[in-house]
Amino acid sequence: MALSRQDVAKVGLLARLALSDADLDRMTGELSKIVGFVSQLEELDTAQAAPLAHPLDTQNVFRADEPKPSLTTEQALQSTPRHDGSCFLVPAVLGESGAA
Amino acid sequence: MQLLELSAVDLVTAIRRGEVSAVQAAEAFLDRITKLDGSINAFLHVDRTAALARAADVDKRRREGKPLGPLAGLPVAVKDALCTSDQPTTCASKMLAGYRPPYDAHVVARLRQADAVLVGKTNMDEFAMGGSNENSAFGAVHNPWDLARAPGGSSGGSAACVAADMAPVAIGSDTGGSIRQPAGLCGITGLKPTYGRISRRGLVAFASSLDQIGPMARSAADCALVMETIAGHDPGDATSLADDVPRYTDLLEKPLTGLRIGRVPEHFGPGLDPEVAHGVEEAFAAFKAAGATIHDVELPHAKYGIATYYLVAPCEASSNLARYDGAHYGHRAESGSGHRSAAKAGGEFESPLVEMYCRSRAEGFGPEVKRRIMLGTYALSAGYYEAFYAKALRVRRLIRQDYLDAFAKVDLIGGPVSPTPAFPLGEKTSDPLAMYLVDMYTVGTNLAGIGGISFPCGFTKGGLPIGFQLQGPALSEPLLLRAADRYQQLTDWHSKRPPLPA
Amino acid sequence: MPKQPATAATPEPFTTVIGLEVHVQLLTQTKLFCGCSTTFGRPPNTQVCPTCLGLPGSLPVMNRRAFDLAVRAALALECRITPFTKWDRKNYFYPDLPKGYQISQYDLPFSSDGHLEVVDPKGAFSRRVGIIRVHLEEDAGKSMHDEGAGTGDSRIDLNRAGTPLCEIVSQPDLRSPQEARAWLNELKLLLVYLGVSDCNMQEGSLRVDANVNLHIPLPAEGGGDARVAKTPIVEIKNMNSFRSVERALTYEAARQWEEWQATKVEMGTIPKQTRGWDDPAGVTRPQRQKEESSDYRYFPEPDLVPVTVTEAEIAAARGAMGVPPTALRAALAEKWKISAYDADVLVNQGRELVSWYEDLATRVGEGKVASNWMQQDVLRTLNERGGTIAEFPVTAEQVADIIGRVQRGEFDTSRGREIFAEVLASGKAVADVVASMGIAAVSDDDLVALCKELLAANPKIVADVKGGKEQAAAGLIGQAKKKNPNANPGKVRQTCLDLIKGM
Repeated sequence: MALSRQDVAKVGLLARLALSDADLDRMTGELSKIVGFVSQLEELDTAQAAPLAHPLDTQNVFRADEPKPSLTTEQALQSTPRHDGSCFLVPAVLGESGAA
Repeated sequence: MQLLELSAVDLVTAIRRGEVSAVQAAEAFLDRITKLDGSINAFLHVDRTAALARAADVDKRRREGKPLGPLAGLPVAVKDALCTSDQPTTCASKMLAGYRPPYDAHVVARLRQADAVLVGKTNMDEFAMGGSNENSAFGAVHNPWDLARAPGGSSGGSAACVAADMAPVAIGSDTGGSIRQPAGLCGITGLKPTYGRISRRGLVAFASSLDQIGPMARSAADCALVMETIAGHDPGDATSLADDVPRYTDLLEKPLTGLRIGRVPEHFGPGLDPEVAHGVEEAFAAFKAAGATIHDVELPHAKYGIATYYLVAPCEASSNLARYDGAHYGHRAESGSGHRSAAKAGGEFESPLVEMYCRSRAEGFGPEVKRRIMLGTYALSAGYYEAFYAKALRVRRLIRQDYLDAFAKVDLIGGPVSPTPAFPLGEKTSDPLAMYLVDMYTVGTNLAGIGGISFPCGFTKGGLPIGFQLQGPALSEPLLLRAADRYQQLTDWHSKRPPLPA
Repeated sequence: MPKQPATAATPEPFTTVIGLEVHVQLLTQTKLFCGCSTTFGRPPNTQVCPTCLGLPGSLPVMNRRAFDLAVRAALALECRITPFTKWDRKNYFYPDLPKGYQISQYDLPFSSDGHLEVVDPKGAFSRRVGIIRVHLEEDAGKSMHDEGAGTGDSRIDLNRAGTPLCEIVSQPDLRSPQEARAWLNELKLLLVYLGVSDCNMQEGSLRVDANVNLHIPLPAEGGGDARVAKTPIVEIKNMNSFRSVERALTYEAARQWEEWQATKVEMGTIPKQTRGWDDPAGVTRPQRQKEESSDYRYFPEPDLVPVTVTEAEIAAARGAMGVPPTALRAALAEKWKISAYDADVLVNQGRELVSWYEDLATRVGEGKVASNWMQQDVLRTLNERGGTIAEFPVTAEQVADIIGRVQRGEFDTSRGREIFAEVLASGKAVADVVASMGIAAVSDDDLVALCKELLAANPKIVADVKGGKEQAAAGLIGQAKKKNPNANPGKVRQTCLDLIKGM
């Protein structure tokens, strides 16, 4: 199964990975090969098999609504590339995403 | 030198009795690291001062008659995928170079509570993705049995440091074979416990439904000792099992009489190195001699394991690794463009933020990590989810069912841990798919969420270790450890040391 | 500039179709997946830990209380609770989402198929609005961009990241901006009554997005059948109050009508548009679409395990839910014999005020009278002063005292109001205010003397009454009040009439 260069470029943006032209060429070849390999699953009839996303059968794991100590702001920001002492700083964000 | 050869069980006993001080033990291993690790590169970080201070504290408390933990004074090396609040945690990635977590992984905290002495953080494939340790951003690890060969991966540093006597025990993690395969290639013992037996909290996630932490040591008995400390329920990991933790070290001695071990004929097909096949057959013979019975069993979908694994793991990884985007921690690309966006005509990024993301990730991740992120992103994206990810989950169900069916007939399943002995560094780096196939005997365990153990069962004519793998049902760790320990009581493969300077 | 919306007198040539998507923060002490506090307004990044910062190796564990409150909300909205539910990752990159994914629910939300009815107490509309689904997810942090700072950087505060949110998605069942606003009020009232959320829009604990389009009936033409054209659905964001929801929808309906007349573009021919509400300007503006923004690559969250809910647990949750506003309105109207409108006004003020009212009504013994005092005096004053009924300086006992004195004829209602105002202003006891204002019951002898005096001074009124115009006596009451403010107007009138009859 072959992926096009354009497919790979689109996935690169979705995955937020900058790809040079050389990267794109190499990645297109490699991904096509790997996707071709994993496509062997198509030959299996899985109609009777429900998807198994997780090996555990456990259910209903909760914690109590009890506060625990948070980190200090200093700890929270200790590995941050850019901050102003209270907030993380990132290149301009347009609008607030909130939870969608 | 004698001290370095003591088993972990004996070393802990000697320290408790005062025959050896914790400082002496720590110094012996730290000196060994200083001497050898320049040529092996098993460690990414060693904190000699902290380790000696910790050991001195153990000695002081022993002299004062204060209670000591079960691993008091035992030097332990920890894979750099586990968070340590006092040492960097990098996952062997440029993305996390110098990163210091503000907390300890659950397992690290338990080791500290047990008074173990953390000697350092071990090298690995970047974000645990790889089977040779060549994917480390900080250089490959060299196999102590032949420095021109790979130690396996991804817990290659942990395997190599134990094999080279730089630590008596190490902690690894296993997502598709990352404990068992390097243990096999380095001639040591490695246990991948049942999914959920050990808390994953603080283990940097690769594929959350497959990842499991485990012990790596020279013997099954030493693995059992470490398991007693690191296994058990953690309310901070919703996927950790609540089942009681047995006293593994007390359950080793029962003979193997009547044990039913399965043998999968398909394991011995093309692709399996003849010397490895021979070693594995010899091991079956040894188990038979020890009273076990050997039965052929089928795992009809095992041949789809690699394809299934290389969809499930990259899909989860593509999401787990989204957090490394340069915004809150880790590597951030300097502004000023050296890259273009391949997705848009003219190569413009849609915003400075998107550019920062794309460039930070392009610079921070190595080629194999990028490949898997790309593969996982693709397989989850609109229009492909059903054909790839959902399909893989259905096959995953079939693979697990194969194991359930097999374990109705046998107690354990034996076989090779990897198709070849340690391969030369550089041999597979240009062919990602060839590298993926080294996991062919190990991924099934993770997909099914069951347990597996790998230990040495012989050597090739060239002097490379051959590994044997046992897989068992969920929570069969006592049996896996016991079977391996009984084998090690009858053989001495696990006592062989690599040809390194004394 | 779109035209003003058509008034009721000139019916619109279209139907406005509105669906709402509401996010409410749940009233938990801690976040959905970690033990960090959810208190609003703390300094940035002081309520964060490895889990809500998305640090390497951190894991989520579900907050029991958050799940229980979400179930309560769903039950109150008459939703079906699924016996098996799970969480999924919604993957997208944004700096206020530190893990690079939001833990949400995709194909198996814990509840679906509910409804909430809104009835206009004045009878203008009554609408039962379907609820497609309610699900439980985590909130994102806040990104702040200060144009004036000149750095070009945005600042990220993750205190809010991981706060439990219920997402409530309605069917497109609303038919006017007024209905939408009323429905939101009803939803908020319900969730506040049941202790699910404080629904404080200023603090972001309730947020609304709206989907709106127009259905336009077209006559048969060219041999074809008559049909209904639908304009493209627009999603409106950035509305910070229910009032702005109503305004934005009104604007947007008018805008779509104008656009339809100009373009005749119908739904399905162009991608769904998102527009932001600019409150000061009173307009919606197109928002920039994120590329590939809809490809969220949902998949099951492997760090959490599924949750199962039994019928017994649902029954227990229902039992512990408390009385929702609709039931309370009906119960109040029946028990105290007050109008549906009055019951609505009381219930809409919240549970504490209803308790206060019932206390008053019990003391007075007459629900209707107590309700009148609530509406005309207590609520009016409360609205002027601001604050809650718990902070109100006059007690139900004091108001009951004043009403009792009116009922016993010590003074009339308007005099009672003055006393209420004085008690409110001075904080004194009712009896003290009555005494200090010189209010004492007027004796019958005094009243007769007063009336005789008035009749002597007003021969014309006496003559009119004698001539059959009894209403002329009203002129005497005002004069009586001037001479003695405590004189009961009814008694003055009756006494005067009796005296005239005997003359």
